[in-house]
Amino acid sequence: MTMDSIALSRQQLDGDHMIVNFGPSHPTTHGTLRIVLELEGETIIRATPEMGYLHRGVEKLGESLSYQQFIPLTDRLNYCSSIMNNVGYACAVEKLLGIEIPKRAQQIRVLVSELARIADHIVCVGVNAVDIGAFTAFLYLFKQRETVYDLFEMAAGQRLHTSFTRIGGLFRDIPPEFVPLTERFLVECEAAVDECERLLTHNPIWYDRTKGIGAISPEDAVNSGYTGPCLRAAGVPQDLRKAQPYLGYETYDFDIPVGTTGDVFDRYLVRIEEMRQSLRIIRQVLDRLEPGPVIVDDYKVALPPKEKVYTRMESLIHHFKLIMHGIDMPVGEVYSATEAANGELGFYIVSDGGKNPYRIRVRPPCLPIFSSFEEQVKGCLIADAVAVLGAMNVIAGELDR
Amino acid sequence: MIIEHIDAQLPGAITDRHDFRGDQTIVVAKGNLLALVDLLHREGFQLLVDITAVDWPEREERFDVVYHWLNLASQERLRVKVPVADGETMPTLTGRFKTADWFEREVFDLFGIRFEGHPNLKRLLTWDDFQGHALRKDFPLDGGDPFCMEGCTAPYNNGERTRG
Repeated sequence: MTMDSIALSRQQLDGDHMIVNFGPSHPTTHGTLRIVLELEGETIIRATPEMGYLHRGVEKLGESLSYQQFIPLTDRLNYCSSIMNNVGYACAVEKLLGIEIPKRAQQIRVLVSELARIADHIVCVGVNAVDIGAFTAFLYLFKQRETVYDLFEMAAGQRLHTSFTRIGGLFRDIPPEFVPLTERFLVECEAAVDECERLLTHNPIWYDRTKGIGAISPEDAVNSGYTGPCLRAAGVPQDLRKAQPYLGYETYDFDIPVGTTGDVFDRYLVRIEEMRQSLRIIRQVLDRLEPGPVIVDDYKVALPPKEKVYTRMESLIHHFKLIMHGIDMPVGEVYSATEAANGELGFYIVSDGGKNPYRIRVRPPCLPIFSSFEEQVKGCLIADAVAVLGAMNVIAGELDR
Repeated sequence: MIIEHIDAQLPGAITDRHDFRGDQTIVVAKGNLLALVDLLHREGFQLLVDITAVDWPEREERFDVVYHWLNLASQERLRVKVPVADGETMPTLTGRFKTADWFEREVFDLFGIRFEGHPNLKRLLTWDDFQGHALRKDFPLDGGDPFCMEGCTAPYNNGERTRG
């Protein structure tokens, strides 16, 4: 039975309830997802999320692509912070291979990941405010987001779909002018975050619209599979960067902000503070950025430099073998998780030793969070559904894969 | 560490195990899953991170249903694999973990494994009239007939995977 016929029959059964289609193309869904709301007056009785509008079969495609070719598909998962998906995927394949990447590559990965986290939180906070009716904060923050994307363009040649990582490192080093511009960004972004806080945190309208909306207890949040800012807002200090450090996160000094009630307001506060913590991490990366290679010196994994390919037989053979036959993968399975902007982004890769992964699974952080949507909005007003949806930061590309 | 506890409290439940790249993995039979889940929940594995499946068409028990758990207190991870044949049902974990709801729907949608006792076992990512289950190895990569989705049992590439 399709959703339309269900909606219709319910409407016919009970004249008091009204069915409202929220999406699939609604400004606050930010992507395409549909929620069938059953209303009594303005109160939500039921909310049935309907997803899959952006399902591209990424996992199926991955089974016929080589490990390296899958990287551009990871860009399109959480497209607000695509570099973090690149990093998460590359870390998973490197875990499968059992290799360690060079120090500079790790540092640059941390650097761009934290920039992406800021960009993602800017979108989430800014757009959530717009959805609720506060337009100004969005404009102040989006200027910073533009700067982040300019930096990505400088590093990867692409603003949104970066494909910046390669198995074993990065595809190129950051240009020299990247560092001074990032330093300027640190100062400007700090000011912009403060400005945004001045606009929103003590704003009575913002407070009324977000306080107590979508509150969740820590037990429920864990049971529903929450990760990331939404879990931390509920009071669970779980952050994979601290709990299971990767890419040398254990050497950076930063704090994990934790909320108390898990409502929209706390999620907002957690995200704001995380932006500041990310700025702290970026500052530390810039201070310790050491020269060196950005990709492993193993031509069975990473392509040799072009000059060598054109001048040396050995390198040419390596290049050919790597392109035609792929990386020599061990047989086995790994699950590798990184702390993406929305929570735990996991890649589960099963290898049968072939050129392509036998099975590749993307564990999207926002799917379990979104699955609790009905519980969160039941009994709330229709306007609260917008606030809750925005604070969950549901990214359809990642949700539907 | 958790594996010793399981061994002590559910002797014989673990049929296979490995520790590839530090990922603790155990294989259990379907009948022991619910007892194991109770034990894991008691032992602090309260975050059910993921449920997915892997298709091995040449095997008698065709699917592996794969669960990932995380213990938030000790940060220990555990992967549990349950082999299941085509057409068999799995017990649902929705009673214990709310996360299981949508993940099980997704596994049902993409692999066609039914979960017994699931409150709302409907397709999650594809539409209700969709034919076949997209992540099965015999489902064609191009989706078969693009217009009516018929004939999608035709094996892709004669059922052979291109290998390097």
